[in-house]
Amino acid sequence: MHFQYLLQLGDNALILSQRLGEWCGHGPVLEQDIAMTNIALDLLGQARMLLTHAGELEGKGRSEDTLAYFRDAHQFHNALLVEYPNTDWAYTIARQFFFDAFAFHNYQALLQSRDERLAAIAEKSLKETTYHLRYSSEWMVRLGDGTETSHQKMQAAVDALWMFTGELTTPSEADRLMAEAGIAPDLSKIKPLWEAKVNAILEEATLTKPDNNWMQSGGKEGRHTEYLGYMLAEMQHLQRTYPGNEW
Amino acid sequence: MKDWPLWEVFIRSKQGLSHKHVGSLHAADAQMALENARDVYTRRNEGISIWVVESAHIHASTEDTEAFFDPANDKIYRHPTFYDLPDAVKHM
Repeated sequence: MHFQYLLQLGDNALILSQRLGEWCGHGPVLEQDIAMTNIALDLLGQARMLLTHAGELEGKGRSEDTLAYFRDAHQFHNALLVEYPNTDWAYTIARQFFFDAFAFHNYQALLQSRDERLAAIAEKSLKETTYHLRYSSEWMVRLGDGTETSHQKMQAAVDALWMFTGELTTPSEADRLMAEAGIAPDLSKIKPLWEAKVNAILEEATLTKPDNNWMQSGGKEGRHTEYLGYMLAEMQHLQRTYPGNEW
Repeated sequence: MKDWPLWEVFIRSKQGLSHKHVGSLHAADAQMALENARDVYTRRNEGISIWVVESAHIHASTEDTEAFFDPANDKIYRHPTFYDLPDAVKHM
C-alpha cells in the first residue's frame, strides 16, 4: 500500500504535467504558454522523484520510466481531476487551482511524514506548489471577476469540474492505511483546509460554489475516465514502440 | 488579449548592483506583467528583483545623434581613467 500511495502522488504530478504540456506551442499568449510549461516541468520533476522512490520501495527493478511508460490506465492511481482534458483556458485554470489547493496542504502535511524520503520530496515540491497555487488563484480571480464572458467561462469550468474535486480529499484504502502508519496525512484534516481556500478564492472571484455534492471517484483505485487511455497512448507511444529508446 | 499593452522588463541579478533591461512582454496589468516576467525571464534563477514598466511610459531620445552626443567626444578628462585613482577607491 505504501507503493500504491506513492503512485497516487506521483501519478497526480505526472498526468497533470502531461496535460499542461499539451499547451506547449498552443498557449493563448506566449507568456502563458511558458507559464504552463514551467508548471508542467515542476510537476514532472515531482513525478520523477515520487516514481523513483516508489520503484525502489517496490524493489522489483522498476524505474521512473518503467512506471511512467509501461503501465496501462487501470494501473494508474491519479485522481480523475488531473486527467480531465484541457478543454479551454478556464478549465485548465480551474483544474489547476482545485489541484494546487489540495497539493499545497497535502505537501505541507507530508513534511511530517515518517517516510523521510517522502518528507524531503514534499519539502522541495512545496516551494513549487506554493507558486502554482498563487498563479492559479490569481487567474481564478482575474477571470471570475473579469468581463462577463470570462466570468461565464470560468463558472462553466468550475461547474463542470466540481464533481471531480471530492476525490482529492476522500481517502482511498491506501490513504487510510498510510495515515495510520504516519506516512500520509489524515485527509479529513486536509479537507477543511482545501474547502477554506476554495471558498475564499471562489468568493473573491465572484464565482458561485456549485451546490452539487455528488462526487465522482475511482481514480485512486485505477478506475479512470475514458480520457486517460487516449492520453497515455500519446504519452507512451514512443517508449512502447521503441522500448528504452533515448534521444 | 490582442489589446494587452507591452511592458519592458528589468531584472536585478544576484550579483548585480542595478536592474538591467532584459526584454519585453505583453500583460493586462502590472501584476500580470510581474508574474509573466517571472516565468519568461527568471526560469534559470537569473534574478532577485523585477521591475516592469509599460513601454508607452518610456521616453527615448530622438535627437540627431551628432548634435546630442558628439560634444562629449573630445572631453577625455571626463573619463575616470584619465586620473590616477588611489587604491582605496572601490567600485569605479
